[in-house]
Amino acid sequence: MEKKIAINEIGSFLKDGMTISIGGFMGCGNAHSIIDEILKTDVKNLTLIATDTARDGFGIGKLIDDRRITKLYASHIGTNKETQKQVIEGFIDLELVPQGTLAERIRAAAAGLGGVLTQTGLGTEVQDGKDVINIDGKDYILEKPLHIDLAFIKAYKADKAGNLIYNGSTRNFNVPMAGAATVTIAEVEEIVENGTLNPNFIHTPFVYINHLIKA
Amino acid sequence: MDAKEIIAARVAKEFKNGDFVNLGIGLPTKAVDYISKEVQINLHSENGFAGIWDTATPETLDKDVVDAGGSNVVLQSGGLFFDSVTSFEIIRGGHLDMTVLGALEVDEEGNLANWKIPGKLLPGMGGAMDLVNGAKKVIISMVHTARGNPKILKKCTLPLTGKGVVDMIITEMGVFEFIDGKLTLTELTPGVSLEELKAVTPASYEVALKN
Repeated sequence: MEKKIAINEIGSFLKDGMTISIGGFMGCGNAHSIIDEILKTDVKNLTLIATDTARDGFGIGKLIDDRRITKLYASHIGTNKETQKQVIEGFIDLELVPQGTLAERIRAAAAGLGGVLTQTGLGTEVQDGKDVINIDGKDYILEKPLHIDLAFIKAYKADKAGNLIYNGSTRNFNVPMAGAATVTIAEVEEIVENGTLNPNFIHTPFVYINHLIKA
Repeated sequence: MDAKEIIAARVAKEFKNGDFVNLGIGLPTKAVDYISKEVQINLHSENGFAGIWDTATPETLDKDVVDAGGSNVVLQSGGLFFDSVTSFEIIRGGHLDMTVLGALEVDEEGNLANWKIPGKLLPGMGGAMDLVNGAKKVIISMVHTARGNPKILKKCTLPLTGKGVVDMIITEMGVFEFIDGKLTLTELTPGVSLEELKAVTPASYEVALKN
């Protein structure tokens, strides 16, 4: 199956109100070209899952600036003043999730789990409204999976089948998100023939990747 | 030495050879400048790497490598990269010897508040809630007061990051440890009197000075 698509096909995957996710950390490992392409469409009212919203005018921050996001799951928005402003004015409905819990909730969706049990957040606001389960004498919060309609990830190199390798610290949330979405589109710098990537060093297996964009 | 230098130098003394440590952004990270030459540690960056790293220069910059504060860095030889799931398995699974974090408030029950000031500041908790529950030892490094207002309280007033999670507090005035569950002053910085410390520390604490 041919997985490579043109970047201007992104619009055909987007629907108002859907849940998207974008990998990366403070913009490092964001699918920057895809973000720019999303801005060319009219899509709005999106739910976004991302660990942070980078900075105003940079990476994911551009989607916030353009008011495309109305519901946000993130662990940190301290570096983006516009996000904080839109949360305070009520435009964005924000759920702050501890970073490790965010990773595990996404992984739970990828792995077909009904949730994860963690001590992170015990005795804090994060626990509010959630079940606390005692296992062998210790309390844990039940954190439910975060399912994604459409994930946008960024890798360094892909083969035509969709196996991916990453560079530096860009693996971050790109790896768990790839398996947690109904459809995953990877932005890569290079697409090579099958069989040319070393099978010992594949970070994301082909089965998680529906489409590839070279940008 | 100014207050921050005193704190950073004292935090550095907590590191033991071979420790695997996560340092919060800002003051906690400053401690690496004071590590003695005999001590080698590995650092953990929650966005996905471990080892030792340096600030990137225009010549060494790789857009794909940033630290947990988003600054471009260069990982030294011997380091390694991983994804966020692995990174937080390391944190939450008890594989870090220590984390050093800043605080807005700490209290006598070991509660920590450092992620939110309702109505004013909404940065988010990032990895802090994971770190305080997962690391073997949680050290708070902070200046003793904020614009004259005490930060070591009887009870935190701000939303908590973790409940009963703090093991040690290092400020420019002294060091507190939780011994048998009780907040205990174990070191007093030379030049600071017990009375001066008491005046800016509303929390109840025992005194068992080691120095």
